[in-house]
Amino acid sequence: MPSRSGTRRKASRRAILKSALAGIATLAAPPVLGQAKAHVIVIGGGFAGATCARRLKAADGTIAVTLVEPNARFTACPFSNAVIAGLRPIEAQYFGYDGVKQAGVDIAGQIVVAIEAEARQVHFADGARLDYQRLVLAPGIDIRFDALPGYDQTAAEIMPHAWKAGAQTLLLRRQLEAMADGGVVVLSAPANPFRCPPGPYERASLIAYYLKTKKPRSKLILLDAKDTFSKQRLFEAAWKTLYPGLIEWVPLSGGGRVIEIDAKTRTLVTEFGSHLADVANVIPPQRAGAVAIAAGVADQTGWCPIDPHTFESKLVPNIHVIGDAAIAGAMPKSAFAANAQAKVCADMIASLIRGEDPREVKLINTCYSLVAPDYGISVAGVYAPRDGLLTEIKEAGGVSPLEAPAAQREAEATYAQAWFQTITREVFG
Amino acid sequence: MTRPWSYRGISHGMIVVALLAVPIQAAAQPSSAAACSGCHAPVNDGPVPGLIGRPAGEIVTAMAAFRAGERTATVMDRIAKGYSDEEINAIAQWYAAQGQPAGNP
Ligand SMILES: Cc1cc2nc3c(=O)[nH]c(=O)nc-3n(C[C@H](O)[C@H](O)[C@H](O)COP(=O)(O)OP(=O)(O)OC[C@H]3O[C@@H](n4cnc5c(N)ncnc54)[C@H](O)[C@@H]3O)c2cc1C
Repeated sequence: MPSRSGTRRKASRRAILKSALAGIATLAAPPVLGQAKAHVIVIGGGFAGATCARRLKAADGTIAVTLVEPNARFTACPFSNAVIAGLRPIEAQYFGYDGVKQAGVDIAGQIVVAIEAEARQVHFADGARLDYQRLVLAPGIDIRFDALPGYDQTAAEIMPHAWKAGAQTLLLRRQLEAMADGGVVVLSAPANPFRCPPGPYERASLIAYYLKTKKPRSKLILLDAKDTFSKQRLFEAAWKTLYPGLIEWVPLSGGGRVIEIDAKTRTLVTEFGSHLADVANVIPPQRAGAVAIAAGVADQTGWCPIDPHTFESKLVPNIHVIGDAAIAGAMPKSAFAANAQAKVCADMIASLIRGEDPREVKLINTCYSLVAPDYGISVAGVYAPRDGLLTEIKEAGGVSPLEAPAAQREAEATYAQAWFQTITREVFG
Repeated sequence: MTRPWSYRGISHGMIVVALLAVPIQAAAQPSSAAACSGCHAPVNDGPVPGLIGRPAGEIVTAMAAFRAGERTATVMDRIAKGYSDEEINAIAQWYAAQGQPAGNP
C-alpha cells in the first residue's frame, strides 16, 4: 500500500533528523569549497519554497539558488477536498519541477537532515553538505502524532487525516466510496493554528455533497475543538439550504473536542462521550515541518517566529521561514499566503544580499472554499508589518456577503478554479 | 546595475520615483504587487482579467471604483481597500510597463 511506505519513510526521516542533530556537536568542520557568488538554499518545494526559489532567480540572476525537495512530484492540497468527494482526479493535483529547473534553479532531490547555522551549512541525508549565504525554510507542516492519544501513524491508515495530499487523500476517498448508504462519517477539526483554517469545513461540505448525491441516508458529524471557525456564518447558512439535516457541527462548548482515538473500533472520544464512525477523518494538531525544529527556528508552540518585513527567523540569523511553518501574524496558513510571502521574502533576500535596506511590504491572502461544485465563498485580507507582526489592515478584507445571488456563488466557484490554475502555473509551470 | 523597468516606471510619474527609492532588478515586480499575480495570470485567458500591459489609468480607475464599492466585485472590493493611492499608482505603472499581455488582442 503506497500510503504505508509513505509513513514509514517519514518515520525514518525523523529518526535520521534526531541522530544527525545529536551528531552535530561532535562533527569536525568539513572541507567545503568557498563560493564566490551568493548562494541561497531553499528547503521544501511546495507553494512557498518553489515560488521563492523562482522569484530569487528573477530578482537577481547572479544569485545561485538550490531548491531541496525529496519528491519528484508535488501533490497540491488545495482542491484535494474535491478529490475526496469524487469531483476531481488526483492527477489534477500533481505538479513537477521542470518549470522551476528551467527558471535556473538547481534542484536537489534530497531531504535535509540537519542545519549548522553557525557554519551556514546544510546536511543532506546522503551525507553531502552545502554552504549557504541565506537559507529559506519552507517545509510546510508535520502532523503531531504525539498530541492526540491513540492517533499515531498506524491509526492514520485506518482513520486518515488527509491533511497532506496524496496517499491519505485517496485513502479517505476509497473509504467513502466503500461506505454503505446510511453510514456515519465523523470529521474532527483541531484548535488553532493549523493549515488551512476553512479547510475542514470545505471538506465537510464536499463530503456532504457526495453523500447527498450518492448516499442520501448517510450523516456527517463534525467534531470541533473550537467554538468558532473561518467563514462560519457563510458555511452554516449554505449547509442549511444545501444539506439540511445532513451535517451536525459539534463545537467545543458542545463537547466537540476529541481527546482520544481508538483506531481499532474507529471511535473518537470527546470530553462528553464517544462517536463510532463508519468513516473517520481525524484532522489532528500540527506543527512546522521537522527540519524547522531541527534548525532551531521553531519556538515552544512548534511554529517559527519571523521578522514580518524579511521573514528572517527571530531565533536564528540568516534563516528565513515562509509558508505554513512560519508564525505570520494574522495571515492564515494557506497556499495563497505561502506564495505571497515567498515572493516578498525573495525580494528581501535579494535586497539584503545587495546590502540594501528592506522595503515596505504589503501582502494579500484570498482563500476560496467550495460548499458545492458551483457554490464558492471566500475570505480575503490585506496585511502589513506592524509592531513586529504581520497585521491585517482593518479597512480591507472580509468574507463574501451573507446574502448573495446564486450567480455570485457560482462566480466565486469559477474564480476558485481560476486561482488554482494561475497559482500552480506561477509556482510550477 | 541595469533595471530597465524601474527607469521606465520613473518616466511615467513622480509617485513611482518616491516609491521606488530602493532599486529593484530588472523583471522584478514591486513587492506591494507581489500578491496580485496569485490570481491575475500573465496570460489573459481566464475569468480573472490579466494586468500585464494594461494601461495604468485603467487599473487606477478600476481600483478606485472597487475601493468605493462602485464596481461589482467578488473579492477586489475587499482587497482594494487595503491599498493607498500611491501604492495603486506604483502597481499600475509597473503592470503598464510590462508590454503586451499574451492572449489579449
Ligand atoms: C484539504 C486542504 C485544502 C486546502 N485548500 C486550500 C485552498 O483552497 N487555498 C489555499 O490557499 N490553501 C489551501 N490549503 C493550504 C495549503 O495547502 C498550504 O497552506 C500550503 O501547501 C502551504 O505551503 P508550504 O509551501 O508552506 O507547504 P507545502 O506546500 O506542504 O510544501 C512543503 C514542501 O516541503 C517539503 N519538505 C518538507 N520537509 C523537507 C526537508 N526536510 N527537506 C526537503 N524538503 C522538505 C515537502 O516535501 C513539501 O513538498 C489547503 C490545505 C488542505 C490540507
